[in-house]
Order: sequence, then structure tokens, then C-alpha cells
Amino acid sequence: MAKRAAPEVNAGSMADIAFLLLIFFLVTTTMEKDWGINRKLPPMEDSQEDVIIKQKNIFTVLLNGKDQLQVEDELMQVKDLRAAAVEFLDNGGGTNADGEKCNYCKGKRNPKSSDHPDKAIISLKNERQTSYGFYISVQNELVGAYNVLRNRRALEIGPQKGFRGMDFLEMQKNSKPSSTWIGNKKKLKELISQIKLEYPMKLSEVQ
Amino acid sequence: MSKFKKKQDGGVPAINTASLPDIVFMLLFFFMVATVMRDSTLKIENKLPSASEVEKLEKKNLVMYIYVGKPSKNYKKQYGTEARIQLNDKFAEVTDIAAFIAAERADKREEERPFLITSLKVDKKANMGIVGDIKQELRKVNALKINYASIRNMSN
Repeated sequence: MAKRAAPEVNAGSMADIAFLLLIFFLVTTTMEKDWGINRKLPPMEDSQEDVIIKQKNIFTVLLNGKDQLQVEDELMQVKDLRAAAVEFLDNGGGTNADGEKCNYCKGKRNPKSSDHPDKAIISLKNERQTSYGFYISVQNELVGAYNVLRNRRALEIGPQKGFRGMDFLEMQKNSKPSSTWIGNKKKLKELISQIKLEYPMKLSEVQ
Repeated sequence: MSKFKKKQDGGVPAINTASLPDIVFMLLFFFMVATVMRDSTLKIENKLPSASEVEKLEKKNLVMYIYVGKPSKNYKKQYGTEARIQLNDKFAEVTDIAAFIAAERADKREEERPFLITSLKVDKKANMGIVGDIKQELRKVNALKINYASIRNMSN
């Protein structure tokens, strides 16, 4: 008897099977976009040492239970907060701990406001009844204020270091290991930490 | 007899669908790779606030999620209408957070542990009292890196 060729498998329904699977994955897919404001909590310390900070170096932000905002003893709208915080941080009215003047500040140099970005502290206090949405919008404005100053500084000193036309956020994005940016990432990271030192984020939350 | 036969017009010729499975498979693989199976079903309302100064969470496997919000419809009777914490699939109390963080840490490799981030997915209508309690609890177990999950909104 002659050897028979193996019968061909009908592949006509392959498309149907693939479609079925495709539809299943289409339905279950959630393209998750995980974005958020990164913050760092202060570590628990047993020894409560009181550091004396001059009142003029503290920018108090209070949120009450009715979602109202009080900044330095005055009511304020959330939209005005960023500008007020920038003005406070960038004031540069005095010297930092080493006795140096802030030569990159562009503020009014008001002796009654903060001495140096290095010393300026934003103190945020909220009540238990404050809504989370409101808290985040305030938190967003304060982080935004730091970003405004850092971006400005990055555009100022970036060209000297060979990073033209990049603001701070872009620098941070480019310095990540996963980014496809071509350039000296090590040098960029140094610049980023320099800017971070010049405008340190000192945002303290009162419990 | 002509060399070029006139085509017989027997309607439209059938389209060759032999490559259809290939196309479908290509799509299938894309979605298979892109799919992230939600690891916990939400039992609470979770409408995140929006913010503009947000950063992307890079490494998904190094993120611990804490959900906070009002219990959703089916659970209202049982758990009331006050904002509650959800860890993994269950409702939890503030005191359970320490154990949850310890369990998550034990799951990860040792060299990864310092990079763990806690993502707080809190409903925007929840109040700060419960969030403050969570933060205090996180400080106790030294999980200091947190991320307030919010929706990216460049306009404000």
C-alpha cells in the first residue's frame, strides 16, 4: 500500500481563535497610568531637639476643615499660592548658614522675609477635616513653586555646562537610566544635584 | 486564439485572508504584553485628585498600594459611609498597615527593598485625618517614600 500523505489541518478557524483571545485581552487591559506627587516622610526621631528658626524664615500654610487656605495669617486662594511661595523662597534677604548671600535669587531682598533659599522653610498644617483633594491641590502648588525656581535656575546655568534649553524637569527626565537621551548623564546628574542644593525642598508638615 | 484571455467576469474575486491570523496574532501579542492584571478589586470609591506637578512611577513591581475611600454601594451596609482603608483585597484598619508593609517587604528581594515606594491612592473626598494616621503609621515602620497618586492634569 502506498504511503499516504498526512492530511492537511484546516487552519481556517485559526483566525477565530486568535480573535477570541484578542477580545479577551482587549477587555481586560487597563492601561494604567500611575502618576503622582512624590514626597518623602520625615523619619521618626526619638530625640526631639528644638531647633530655633526665625519666624521670617517660615512660610506657614494652614488648611482648615472647611477647605480654606490661610497663608501667613491671611486668607488666600489656591491659585495665588504658587506666586506667593515663589516670592518667599526667592527673597534672599540675608545670608545662609555659611554667611553667603544668595547671588542667584531674583527676589525683592526684603529683610522681613526669608534670608536664603537654604533657610526658607514652608510649613504646612492641615486639620483632620480637610479634604484630601484640597490638600493635594495645595501640595501641588507648593511643589510647583519649587519647580518654577529650579526650572529657572536650570535654564540659567544649563548653557554654561553644555545643556542648553533644558529646564529642570526635562533634565530629571533625561537623567533617568531608562531615557533615550544621548549625552553625558553623569554630568547632568551633578548639575541636577547642584540645583537641588541651591533650592532645597524644605517642606515640613506639622502633625 | 489569443494569448491573453479575457478575464471572465464572475463577480469580485475573493480577497485572500491567509494573512488575517497573522495580523490578529500581532494585535493579540501587543495586548498580552501591555495588559496589567489588576491585583486587587476595589471595594471602595476611588476618584483620584488631579495635579500638574506629577512624576511617573517607574518600577511597577516596587510599588505598594494603599487605597482609601468610602465603601462602594455593595459594602455600605456592612462598613458604613466613612472613608476606609483597603489593603490588597480586604478592608483594613490603620493598625494593619505595619503588617502589610512587612509582608510586602518580605516578598521582595533584599537589594530591592530600599527602593520600595508606597503609593497612596486616596479618594479626593476623603478627609486628611485618615491620611495623617496612615502617614504616621508608615513613619513608624520606616516606609518613608510615598507617592500621592493623582491624575495628571497639565492645564492647572
